[in-house]
Amino acid sequence: MNITLNGKQKDLPSSQTLTQLLADLELPAKTIVVELNTIIIQPDSYEKTKLSEGDQVEIIRFVGGG
Amino acid sequence: MFQPPDFKQLSKQILCYTTADVEKALSCQRPDLHDIGALLSPAAEPYLQQMAKLSSEITLNRFGKTTQLYAPIYLSNYCTNRCVYCGFSADNHIKRKCLTLDEAEKEAEILHERGFQHILLVSGEAENAVNIDYMEAIAIRLRDKFAAVSIEIQPLSTEDYHRLFLAGITAVAVYQETYNRDLYKKVHLSGKKSDYDYRLKTPARAAAAGMREVGIGPLLGLSDWRAEGLSIAYHLHWLRKQFWSTAFTVSFPRMRPATGEFEPLQPVSERNLSQLIFALRLFDPDVGLLVSTREEARYRDGMIGLGPTRYSAGSCTAPGGYGNSDSEGEQFSVGDNRTLEEVCEAIREKGFDPVYKDWDSEFQHTA
Amino acid sequence: MLTIAGTEFSSRLFLGTGKFSSSAVMAEAIAASACQMVTVALRRVDLQNPDDDIMKALGQREYTFLPNTSGARNAEEAIRLANLARAACGSCWLKLEVTPDPRTLLPDPIETLRATEKLVKDGFIVLPYMNADPILALKLQDAGAAAVMPLGSPIGTNQGVLTDFQIEIIIEQARVPVVVDAGIGAPSHAAYAMEMGADAVLVNTAISVAGDPVAMAAAFAKAVEAGRSAFEAGMGQRSKQASASSPETGNLSSNLEFLS
Repeated sequence: MNITLNGKQKDLPSSQTLTQLLADLELPAKTIVVELNTIIIQPDSYEKTKLSEGDQVEIIRFVGGG
Repeated sequence: MFQPPDFKQLSKQILCYTTADVEKALSCQRPDLHDIGALLSPAAEPYLQQMAKLSSEITLNRFGKTTQLYAPIYLSNYCTNRCVYCGFSADNHIKRKCLTLDEAEKEAEILHERGFQHILLVSGEAENAVNIDYMEAIAIRLRDKFAAVSIEIQPLSTEDYHRLFLAGITAVAVYQETYNRDLYKKVHLSGKKSDYDYRLKTPARAAAAGMREVGIGPLLGLSDWRAEGLSIAYHLHWLRKQFWSTAFTVSFPRMRPATGEFEPLQPVSERNLSQLIFALRLFDPDVGLLVSTREEARYRDGMIGLGPTRYSAGSCTAPGGYGNSDSEGEQFSVGDNRTLEEVCEAIREKGFDPVYKDWDSEFQHTA
Repeated sequence: MLTIAGTEFSSRLFLGTGKFSSSAVMAEAIAASACQMVTVALRRVDLQNPDDDIMKALGQREYTFLPNTSGARNAEEAIRLANLARAACGSCWLKLEVTPDPRTLLPDPIETLRATEKLVKDGFIVLPYMNADPILALKLQDAGAAAVMPLGSPIGTNQGVLTDFQIEIIIEQARVPVVVDAGIGAPSHAAYAMEMGADAVLVNTAISVAGDPVAMAAAFAKAVEAGRSAFEAGMGQRSKQASASSPETGNLSSNLEFLS
């Protein structure tokens, strides 16, 4: 299935969870925040959140800024 | 909520200022609460001339060559308070009267014909004579006739002030009389007014209700005028921070020794009064400063342009006094008996423009 | 001691963390400044470079993090970023920035006020970045802003406090702390803002692009302290005229001879 991840198309095996996606990307869950179709997903829900075709996923973190 | 610093401490503090403190206060662009203490102190007395000059420069800059004029209408001299200094005190055996709505309108009509655009409705504090319904009815009758209608009546709740604002009242004056808490108790023997804190919180309620202008002031002659002046500065400073869209004024009613009337506990001279006015002007360039007809014509004429921005004129302080000159039961005797036209002439002679209004309540958006 | 929303800060210098050559230099500069509040921005994770994590670089010390909403063009975008920031760090502090014009990056007063009203209701501690408009400062304060952050000059310009006349009015009127933000290009600019009575300054570009950012951070720390001390000591006033040191008498226009 196809999702949009940080603005780019990405092909994923179907019914992948957020936990699996973050592991594949080698991202530590602690310092990021995930938005699924503009709704913020709390870390304790990553495991039970299954992605579906056409989902918009944004993974965001703090960067330097003034 | 606002609490002034301890009055006795202020009194003491003011005596400690030196010439150097005064010169610093005079040379800074914007004196703060510390500096105004210096300007009110005995150390500033030799600098009165310099204070007058600075005060007049600031006043000219901010208000131009104008003096605003207003007249009071005394609605009622019924009062449930017992205040030792006041002609309306419940203890006094005077002829009591509360104008009917028609009588009040007639008085207003007389002032209107004399050219007044700004009137101040004054009453003693008695709920059964002058209450919110009565005031609302008067406001509605008068609002189209005058550019501004202010009130000086008993303290009200924020809701009631808002009701009067909607009815067309533009400004509220409520004087603490003295910021000296101990003395306050001694001179306000009984009645609602004997509650110092309730009265102290009243200007904030009027401002919160949306009134365009709120007036505060000490009754000079009750206590140490220097500490009263500094307390007023604290009060004004606090009110400005809380209610930045409200205009504020300060009045300086001064009691003078007179037969049969209350003897001032601490008399205040014209020089003292002038120092107080100049100090406040230097502290707050924007505040309206009122001098009533309690002061004599000579003094009022001399002070034109030096700091005050608003004068009452042609005042009668007894209910119904404009229509019937035999009316009895006045609050205080007047020091400047001239008519509005005579006061205007004196203002013009000084090169100033007498101004009858600076706002039209017609534009008051009350949604 | 500076207090914002109940939190005390012994340093009145806030640092932005953008534009540093490396995380290591940034961390060292922040340490040298002794600041206790740092701003950070939110961006998409660079999936090519997943280890690039500013929080890791900052992690060892205790700071109050002030996430900003940079990039937001209107209130809705700012609110979305604010919620993401809160989810990312669990803190309600927020530097609200709404900058619709990408050229000047000047803040939008109307959208900033709208966003402040909403975010305060949602429990955020909002510090809005704003133009140095005194009335706007009062309206933001009335809407519940925990501090106001007027700009000295447009962001990144290093031009100093060009809005001093307006900022003086804001400082005089505001009940909440005033943090001069943006445009501060030299320690003397920061000292000047502090001498005027600003409660704090926020500096980023001037430090991050300096030849030696760590030394510059230390210089700013000294300037902010000096400026604050001068303010507390009570500055003498500037005057165009010489002032006589003894009382003037007689022959003035404001004649007081009428006094009885």
